[in-house]
Amino acid sequence: MTTGERPSVAYLFLSPWIAGAALLTAGPMLWLLYLSFTDYDMFTAPQWVGLDNYVRMLTVDPHFWNAVLATTKFVVFSVPVQLAAALGVAMLINRRSRAQGLYRSSFYAPSLLGASVSVALVWRVIFHDWIGDPDRALLALVLLAVWQFGAPMVIFLAGLQQIPPEYYDAAAVDGAGRWRTFIAITLPMLSPVIFFNLVLDTIRAFQVFTGAYVLSNGTGGPSDSTLFYTLYLYEKGFVEFRMGYASAMAWLLLVAVAAVTALLFRTSRSWVFYGDDA
Amino acid sequence: MRRALWHLAVLALLVPLLYPILWLTFASFKPASEIVQSLALLPRDAILDNYQRLTGDFAGVPAWRFFVNSTIVAGGCAAANVASCSLAAYAFARLRFRLRGVLFAFMLATIMLPVHIVLLPQYTIFQRLGLVDSFWPLILPKLLATDAFFVFLMVQFMRTIPRELDEAARIDGCGSIRIFGAVVLPLVRPALVTTAIFTFIWTWNDFLTQLIYLSTPEKYTLPLALRLFIDQTDQNSYGPMLALSALAIVPILLFFAAFQRLLVEGFATSGLKG
Repeated sequence: MTTGERPSVAYLFLSPWIAGAALLTAGPMLWLLYLSFTDYDMFTAPQWVGLDNYVRMLTVDPHFWNAVLATTKFVVFSVPVQLAAALGVAMLINRRSRAQGLYRSSFYAPSLLGASVSVALVWRVIFHDWIGDPDRALLALVLLAVWQFGAPMVIFLAGLQQIPPEYYDAAAVDGAGRWRTFIAITLPMLSPVIFFNLVLDTIRAFQVFTGAYVLSNGTGGPSDSTLFYTLYLYEKGFVEFRMGYASAMAWLLLVAVAAVTALLFRTSRSWVFYGDDA
Repeated sequence: MRRALWHLAVLALLVPLLYPILWLTFASFKPASEIVQSLALLPRDAILDNYQRLTGDFAGVPAWRFFVNSTIVAGGCAAANVASCSLAAYAFARLRFRLRGVLFAFMLATIMLPVHIVLLPQYTIFQRLGLVDSFWPLILPKLLATDAFFVFLMVQFMRTIPRELDEAARIDGCGSIRIFGAVVLPLVRPALVTTAIFTFIWTWNDFLTQLIYLSTPEKYTLPLALRLFIDQTDQNSYGPMLALSALAIVPILLFFAAFQRLLVEGFATSGLKG
C-alpha cells in the first residue's frame, strides 16, 4: 500500500462491526456476568445476591439437572448418529454422475427446513403417539436432528473430493479391500473435516430450541424429558422474568460449550491428521 | 447395471428422507379426521377447506399479515447483513491496521458463541430503549455485523480475488472506498447472494428471537402465528395448521430451487478453506 492512505479508513469500514462487537456482544457478556450475581426481574433494579443463583441452580433446583441431563442425552445421541449418516451418504453419492448435484441438493434440503416451526409441527403430528412418552419424545427430537444430516454431508462430500485419487489407486494395487481402504485412507485423510463437523455440530446441538418447544408445547415435558437447557433458560428468563437466574444459566452454558470444545480440541491431537499431500 | 443399482440405493434413502415434506404438502389438502388417522401420502378426498380457512383471522389478524411481517424481517435482515458484513470483511481481508489480529480473532471466536449468551442482555438493552415489540431488535444486530459467520464467509471469498486488481486501481488513483465499491464488491457477488439468501432463510425460520421480542399479534411473524396452533388440542385446527405450515416453507423451497448450487457450495466450502 503505497498511497499513504490513513489507516483510519480501515476503522471506517469496520465501524458497524466494532459497534456491534462492543455494544451487542462484548458489553452484553459482561452485563450478563454481572446480572448472574443479582436478582433481576427487569422492572426493578438488579439486587446483588452474590453466588445465590449458582448455588440454587446447582444444589436445589431439580429442573436444572433435568435440563442438563436432557441436553446431554440429546447431544450424545444426535451428534454421532447425524455425523455417521452424513459420512455414509457422502460416500454413497461421491461418484461421477450427472445426478450427483441434484442428489446432493436433495439431501441438503432438510437442513434448510428442519429449524422451522412448520417442520416441527409436522413432527408433532407424525409422532403424536410418541410425544407423551418420556423416552420416545426425546427420540423424536433426536430423529429431527438426524434428519438434517445434509449440512455436514455436503462438507464431507467436498472433503472426500479433495482426497487425491492416487491414494486409492495405490491401495488398489496393494490389494486393499474396501474396509481397509476406508480405515487406512478415507478416515485419516478426512479427519480434519470430521473434526470440523464434530465441533460445529456439537455446538449447534447445545443450542437446539424450536423442536423441543413445539413438541412439548413449551413445557419440556413429559416429565422434563425434553427440557433442553435452552428451553429452561427461556422459561426462567422470558416467562418467569427471573433474569438473574437465567443469566447464571447462560454463563454456565458458555462455560460448558467452551469446555466441551476445548476437550474436543485436546483429543483431536491424537486422531486428526493434518498431513500435506506432498 | 451397477449404475442403476446406485441410483436405486440413493433414491431408496431420499424418498423416506423427503417424505415428511411431501406428506405436509398433501396432508394440507386432507380433512382433519384423515390427517390424524393416516400417514398415507395421497388424500382420500382432497379439499381446499384448509386453505380457505386461512382467509379468516387469527387472533384478530388476517393471515397475509404474517407473511408481510416475516418478509419485512427476513428481507431487512438479509439486506442489513450484506451491507454490514461486506464492509467488515473488506477491512479484514484487504486493509492493514494495528488491531487487525486481535479483532479478527475476536470475530472468529464469536462465530462459536451460542446465541443464548447475548440474547438475554440484549433484551434488557432493547427494553430500556423502548424497542421491544418492534422489528428493530431483530434487524439492528444485523446492521452491526454481529453475524460473524457471514463476515468470515466474505473474508474467505475476498481472499481469492487477485491483489493485482486492487493495486492496479490504486495506481489509477482510487482510494479504498472506490476500490471496495468498484472492484471488490462486483467480484464477490456470489458471496453477497449466498449471504442474502442464507440470512433470509435462517431469519424466516428463526423462532426464539422473534418469540422473545414480538408480543402483539399484529406484529407476529409466521413462526409465531404457527405457534398459536400448538395450544389448540382440537383436531379441527390441524387442517389450517398444516396449510399455513406448507405455505410458510414455500419461499424457502423457491429460493433453494433457484440457488441450490450456490447455497450448497457456499456452505460446503465455508468449512474447508478455514
